[in-house]
Amino acid sequence: MKKRKLTAKIPGILEKKEKELRDAFLLQVSNIPGGESIKKCIQCGTCTGSCPVSYTMDITPREIIALFRAGDIESILSSRTIWICASCYACTVRCPQGVQLTDILYSLKRLALEKKIFPKRFPVYALSKSFVALTNHYGRSYEPGLILAYFLKTNPLKLLGMFPLFFKLFFKGRIGLLPQKIKGTKTFSRILREAEIMEMIVPVQEV
Amino acid sequence: MKYTYYPGCSLEASAKGYDESVRFVFKTLGHELVELEDWNCCGATYYMSTKETISLVISARNLALAEKYGRDIVAPCSSCYTILYKTHHILANNSIMLAKVNQALRRDNLEYKLSLKVRHPLEVLVNDVGIETIVSQVRRRLDGVKMAQYYGCQIVRPERGLDNKENPQMMDSLFKALGAQNVYFPMKVRCCGGMLMTTYPDVALELNKEILECAQENGADLVVTTCPLCHINLEAYQDKINNKFKKKFHLPIMFFTQALGLALGGTSQELGLNRNLIPFQLLSLEGIR
Repeated sequence: MKKRKLTAKIPGILEKKEKELRDAFLLQVSNIPGGESIKKCIQCGTCTGSCPVSYTMDITPREIIALFRAGDIESILSSRTIWICASCYACTVRCPQGVQLTDILYSLKRLALEKKIFPKRFPVYALSKSFVALTNHYGRSYEPGLILAYFLKTNPLKLLGMFPLFFKLFFKGRIGLLPQKIKGTKTFSRILREAEIMEMIVPVQEV
Repeated sequence: MKYTYYPGCSLEASAKGYDESVRFVFKTLGHELVELEDWNCCGATYYMSTKETISLVISARNLALAEKYGRDIVAPCSSCYTILYKTHHILANNSIMLAKVNQALRRDNLEYKLSLKVRHPLEVLVNDVGIETIVSQVRRRLDGVKMAQYYGCQIVRPERGLDNKENPQMMDSLFKALGAQNVYFPMKVRCCGGMLMTTYPDVALELNKEILECAQENGADLVVTTCPLCHINLEAYQDKINNKFKKKFHLPIMFFTQALGLALGGTSQELGLNRNLIPFQLLSLEGIR
């Protein structure tokens, strides 16, 4: 594993960027029901042991919380871990302290996207972006469009490898040729515009 | 009983067979599913990982639309089920978020009042309809079918108190009552990787190989599942898994409603079994009582 340096240079004092990230993160966590349980983590490692994909992560789920406590959110955000998580909730249901780790990882994903901190080769961003664009436009997801947009953004050559599967599913009537649309696309985009504004409203925090 | 039905995007396309079989099973058992008028995508995991408030808004639009009818909403796709359930849970516990979401929904004269119950068809069939009633209507027993019940992650997790989260029994007891022989299958709630099959295929192929291997080694002729994503990962990617790991898997994967529909006397067309890539041929389709 590559060596990581801690960003907090003076113990107890956080750098400005780290403080900003920390505040944004804590706000996200406060939106999760039971989010405050992050304080109760006892570093037992049950999450890492339960995770079916922890062996491919650069920072294990337990280490995520340890790094957060050590004041190094930036390392967490640039890790592969938050994107490898398939949100199966195995860690959450087994945690003896009730830490909502899966939802915490979701908030870390959102934070990384918002602050544009991604690891170098980054497929999830492309997939999420394509998905959001399609859903906003049609009100429903459209699988072939999603796959097409995704591979065009990441690796168009790999699209060729998808053709056999595409035809197999197509002949079984499992691929729609045209995207499904909701009737209320106009009101839907009105809702989305308002939601966009609501997304930016941050409740005033008690001091 | 009448339920509001939320098919979700997958059930309109790659999991068409799930849609057909769910409708068949409910109709045969005398329960009505009314499709939610003008439902939209629940947002899935992708939206949840980009914008929190917006993802809750688009999911809550469905809840607000469904609430008007005063019936429970039934979502067969495990991912839709989890997202809709989670949206209700977050909004019920966070009044600021509820106010923000409703402010956006009011643009379409909608408001979510938190009175809806989000349910999965498996749980509805086992708890509302009841295994005894189902057994009394069986026209073709599943005797001798060696079955592995694959629940996947999202139906029992996070904790909802519906079933045991480590060793759920709903499908096991349902199919046991129908005559099937449940094989030992410790991977029943292991994750299939979901969307990792697109973003990190190496990781997802390995996960699915382990699940298939476990089912095959324990003698399963058939794997039944509750989730469109599990279904497509285990079924459509079997060739890729075979190539990558030098295996010879040829294991039929079915939605649980397809297997249940067979027991209730459905035909291959009615249940969308003809849409599955790997046919299941042990049952003779003539054996209807």
